[in-house]
Amino acid sequence: MQKIETLFVDLSDWFIAWLQSLGVPLAWADAILLLIQFLCIVGIILANITILIWLERKVSGFIQQRPGPNRLGPHGVFQTVADALKLLTKEDIIPSKTDRLIFITAPILFMTISVMLYIVLPMGKDMQVVDLNVGLFFFISLGSLTTIALLMGGWGSNNKWSLLGAMRSVAQMISYEIPLALSLMGVVMITGSLRLSDIVAAQDNVWFILLQPIAFITYFIAATAELNRGPFDMPEAEQELTAGAYTEYSGMRYALFFLAEYTNLVAVSALLSTLFLGGWQGPWLPSWLWIIIKTYLVMFLFMWVKWTFPRIRMDHLMAFSWKVLIPVTLVNIVATGFGLYIFKGIGG
Amino acid sequence: MLQTEQLTINIGPQHPSAHGGLHVEAVLDGEVVVDAIPHVGYVHRSVEKIAESRTYAQFVPYTARLDYLGTHLPVIGYVQAVEKLAGIEVPERAEYIRVIMGELSRIASHQLFIGSLAIDLGATTGLLYCMRDRERIMDMFEMTSGQRLLAAYMRIGGIAEDLPPEFLPAVRSFVRDIPKMIKEYQGLLYGNEIFQARLKGIGKLSAQDAIAYGVTGPNLRACGVSYDIRKAEPYGIYDRFDFEIPVGSNGDAWDRLMVRNEEIIQSGRIIEQALDQLPEGEIRAKVPRVFKPEKGKSVYHRIEGAKGELGYYIVSDGGEKPYRLHVRAPSFVNLMALPLVSRGGLVQDIIVNIATLDPVLGEADR
Repeated sequence: MQKIETLFVDLSDWFIAWLQSLGVPLAWADAILLLIQFLCIVGIILANITILIWLERKVSGFIQQRPGPNRLGPHGVFQTVADALKLLTKEDIIPSKTDRLIFITAPILFMTISVMLYIVLPMGKDMQVVDLNVGLFFFISLGSLTTIALLMGGWGSNNKWSLLGAMRSVAQMISYEIPLALSLMGVVMITGSLRLSDIVAAQDNVWFILLQPIAFITYFIAATAELNRGPFDMPEAEQELTAGAYTEYSGMRYALFFLAEYTNLVAVSALLSTLFLGGWQGPWLPSWLWIIIKTYLVMFLFMWVKWTFPRIRMDHLMAFSWKVLIPVTLVNIVATGFGLYIFKGIGG
Repeated sequence: MLQTEQLTINIGPQHPSAHGGLHVEAVLDGEVVVDAIPHVGYVHRSVEKIAESRTYAQFVPYTARLDYLGTHLPVIGYVQAVEKLAGIEVPERAEYIRVIMGELSRIASHQLFIGSLAIDLGATTGLLYCMRDRERIMDMFEMTSGQRLLAAYMRIGGIAEDLPPEFLPAVRSFVRDIPKMIKEYQGLLYGNEIFQARLKGIGKLSAQDAIAYGVTGPNLRACGVSYDIRKAEPYGIYDRFDFEIPVGSNGDAWDRLMVRNEEIIQSGRIIEQALDQLPEGEIRAKVPRVFKPEKGKSVYHRIEGAKGELGYYIVSDGGEKPYRLHVRAPSFVNLMALPLVSRGGLVQDIIVNIATLDPVLGEADR
């Protein structure tokens, strides 16, 4: 049992020891390990997304009373692979009136930012690429950068639909970044740290979803907006804006945007389980399996919401953020402050 | 003051929510709509001109392609107009079957309305639920005519074939399930806070404007005008049935939805009564294959289509083909109110307005 639990940690320790035995200095060995960890993250992301897109289709099929993909492989598991291959082999079209540089860099930037989110995520006991002391802050600030990529895509496309989509995306992100960060303040106040490993450790006895239920809900809503998922999929809004910021993109560039959105989804779900659902902590099973289970449960919740809700209107969206979410999160912070004060007063 | 520029964008004719080839030229100030001008004609098939080169009986299947979402209704309107023109008596049983088929078409059309409205609002699941229920009506159409979508089942003087034995139980069980379906839509769509917020107070049309624009059908009734041709000027045997005309009060998108929702229930009531009263007997009057109505005689016959007042104006020159045929298409007339209801709203409301005015482009363009 212990072996399975520490499987990946042991592997990396063994790898470093092996490199050192070959005469590689420790600093270099660490650097090589970091590179391998990066490759692992990309591997995890790609594997996850393949499963995730299939799962999304199956879940939506289940909700909509239809079988979903079921032709390619058992239960259609290879559908995503086929789709990826198709997108890869498509002709790479860059419309002539676009701002080429911006048009090309936008999807790459989006993907890069999304992958960077994984650096601070604890994926198991002692399994974290970098344990930053401002891990949470890092995650939130990087997450908001994706707006710039969307704006670049929308602006660079030189298309009115794209521009409208990008404008919406910026407006949405600006107003939802605030409740997003504020709803996490409660957790930070209880833990007294922005370090994600500390936050997980603080949930030894009780998960923060029980101490901070309101924060969980507000974060969930704000994160849905941040992820551009339904009912907040304004920048894409296919029924209104054709495909919003992505209208002019096709082939692999479009796929990159698509991948990046799902990468974000996995990252945010993992963060949600880390902050509110006890992270990798759990009985019996190894820690890295627990975080996967919890992440997938949260992702299912995101899918459930997406496939049952209509899209909210843009002005309602803004009003909801400023008039409901932000006041609620602020009240939550004050309440948490009082709670902590009283708790400390009693506990001494 | 910040210098801003108006943005003209074309919604359609290739657009996910263009409802079949509708082109709306939208002038936007940011997200606010300054104007929304519908351009029709992308699905123009010159149906009216074709009528002049077909005999009266040959033209029947073309009418099914007008409002293909409630396919029996335009056919009923046409054959009744020709019967009026030629003075043909229709057997009782055929009249009842026409009522049943017509009301089933109305339900199918309204169910698709709810579904496409849901998907235009981004609630994909709503469409699938409505399509699932509509599928049962399509199956019934297939039972009777072998065709699902464009069932030209009506003939001049009656109907094509008698009902198959499995049809009546299927209709009965469908009508029984209507309240259950409505309850499901209620749970999935109508009860949703976002869904209501997207529709209530959107695309308001006053009764005066609606009448001035010639808006008819559920769109007019949503404005509070209790006008239904089935009651106002009963055609066929509609005077024998007991049903209500649902009316709205605000004339907004929500009322347009609710009126249609209620009409599904009322249509179910009519079908139930028709099933109970359905007599045995002939299904088709003896009509010569080629007949020539009197020269110079003209007729205007109108029925309550799924989208509104569906009228046929036929002029005879004494030949076997109509001299002129005009279709008064409710979709086209209703669509003209789009700029009126969209101005001052948001881009997202244009989509809602198109969906709730419920144009079917096959009929608007003809």
